[in-house]
Amino acid sequence: MEKVIQGKAFVLGDKIDTDQIIPAEHLVYSLSHPEEKKKYGHYAFSGVPLPESGLPMGHIPFIKGENHLSDYSIIIGGGNFGCGSSREHAPFALQVAGVKAVIAESYARIFYRNCVDGGFLIPYEGYEKLNDKIKTGDELEIDLAANSVKNLTTGQEYLLKPLGSVVSIIEAGDLFEYARKTGMLQG
Amino acid sequence: MGMTITEKILAKASGKSKVVPGETIWLSVDVLMTHDVCGPPTIDIWKREFGSSAKIWDKDKLVIFPDHYIFTANSHAIANVAKLREFASEYDLPNYYGPGTDRYKGVCHMALAEEGYNVPGTVLFGTDSHTCTSGAFGMFSTGVGNSDAAFILGTGKIWEKVPESMLFWFDGEIPPYLTAKDMILQIIGDITTDGATYRAMEFAGPGVMSLPMSERMTLTNMAIEAGGMNGIIEADELTEAYVKARTSKPYEIFRSDADAVYQSRYTYDLSKMEPMVAKPHSPDNKDTVRNVQGTRLTKCYIGSCTGGKLEDFIFAARILFGQQVQVPTFIVPASTWVDQQLDVETVNGVTLRDIFKKAGCQIGESSCAACLGGPSDTFGRAQDEEVIISTTNRNFPGRMGSKKSAVYLASALTVAASAVKGVITDPRDVM
Ligand code: SF4
Repeated sequence: MEKVIQGKAFVLGDKIDTDQIIPAEHLVYSLSHPEEKKKYGHYAFSGVPLPESGLPMGHIPFIKGENHLSDYSIIIGGGNFGCGSSREHAPFALQVAGVKAVIAESYARIFYRNCVDGGFLIPYEGYEKLNDKIKTGDELEIDLAANSVKNLTTGQEYLLKPLGSVVSIIEAGDLFEYARKTGMLQG
Repeated sequence: MGMTITEKILAKASGKSKVVPGETIWLSVDVLMTHDVCGPPTIDIWKREFGSSAKIWDKDKLVIFPDHYIFTANSHAIANVAKLREFASEYDLPNYYGPGTDRYKGVCHMALAEEGYNVPGTVLFGTDSHTCTSGAFGMFSTGVGNSDAAFILGTGKIWEKVPESMLFWFDGEIPPYLTAKDMILQIIGDITTDGATYRAMEFAGPGVMSLPMSERMTLTNMAIEAGGMNGIIEADELTEAYVKARTSKPYEIFRSDADAVYQSRYTYDLSKMEPMVAKPHSPDNKDTVRNVQGTRLTKCYIGSCTGGKLEDFIFAARILFGQQVQVPTFIVPASTWVDQQLDVETVNGVTLRDIFKKAGCQIGESSCAACLGGPSDTFGRAQDEEVIISTTNRNFPGRMGSKKSAVYLASALTVAASAVKGVITDPRDVM
């Protein structure tokens, strides 16, 4: 596990559901085919209404043009991030787009599990609402050992909630690696 | 200190005599269900992680219902179903229900009940968030992603954090203008879309136990819309009769102890409740139908695992009998069995199918259809700036297709009443 994650913030509102993260019409592409899977990155957050995409100003597309990689690698969300369907395509799409971590006020259970068990990205919770304090494009640095995030653009620093019982899965990489490490799985 | 029904089932499945909320436990899974959207990536992960000699932990416990993108020309969607078909034949799976064959069943959550996979006291995981539906049978059921499903596929095990339970108690008897959909929209509006996150939602009381199984399934189906891990209703004679008619699997009935601990309790009096809607764009954006009465509509939709069950169509037929719909109205039976029942079940001596046809409705084939938008050729899909009233369970932006569309969620009674008037209408005005 990386000790520090640095990247640009992409800020979103409350209740970003899985249809906004990856609209259902795109769920048909293969997740293992090297070319097809890039489409997930390309369409990441394409369901977010444009005025709410990249707060506070909005109207900032997460993905530019034909790219599948985003300029932004840390997502700042509000409450109930990832609510809706069980589609693992959601954290997968964010990973393909280059997202390393999400910091939200709270998560929907299945999205949270998927992030951790699939080893796609790190789902942090803040102690306070951060999507009205951090702006899209701010340069952030998450310190995983200290459970904190520093806004390099403004100098502000915020503590994050420790990852709790899932930290051992995150440290192992994903659920399968965790199971191998603990002897649940052989080989 | 007693235990709730959810805690008792989880204790049994983890081989413990007692579990407490917050505790992380490993469960032995009784059934794993998957479908055409999440099945193929689950299989890929399973093969990647367990290698060329990967073994399915128990073929009898794996159930595959392709149901999401079935009646479409989309080549990717067709490839996904083909992949499942090949997987089923390669591993000689007994519980594969292939589209285009007479085994095809329609929407997975309905099919799990109809085919006898819902068994009181057991633990069922599925790669679909509405897997919580099966909780109507006094069992633990919840949705997981592909990695968790692949882990179960290889090991039969999964971790879970024991949830706190919330109790939703209904007094009284349900009046003819109310349905389970109104009950659950009221609850979700009251506690909001994250009011039950990581919790069990237990529905109980005489008002719940007087409901038929399909209406109970509407309650548990939408537990996820409040963020719930699972929805659950204790099994009774009705449940036992339903289950025994479909499977000989042994079952065990668990009940919450009188001194079980709940995170919170809510009590509702059915005689005082109103027909409800969830306004665009969130299932917790509740209002009474009365307050939004007169809203112009471009489409009505009756379908999905929430609102495309036989009782929903009986509700709708009672209102649509002898009437004409004023806006395009789409009927999608949740399962092929429900579809067949449209020719069997009657209202005033006329079959449901004839009532719907004469009223001018369009009837589609059993599948998820426009409940989740789907490929562009999906039956009933939301176009442009449509305003739709629907019996489905989600109205997030773009959920039914077009991002510009606006969706109201309501009961089949309210949707049928609105279809007859072309504007949102309280069912009491046309009954
Ligand atoms: S009918 Fe809708 S809610 Fe039900 S399983 Fe299908 S897509 Fe999901």
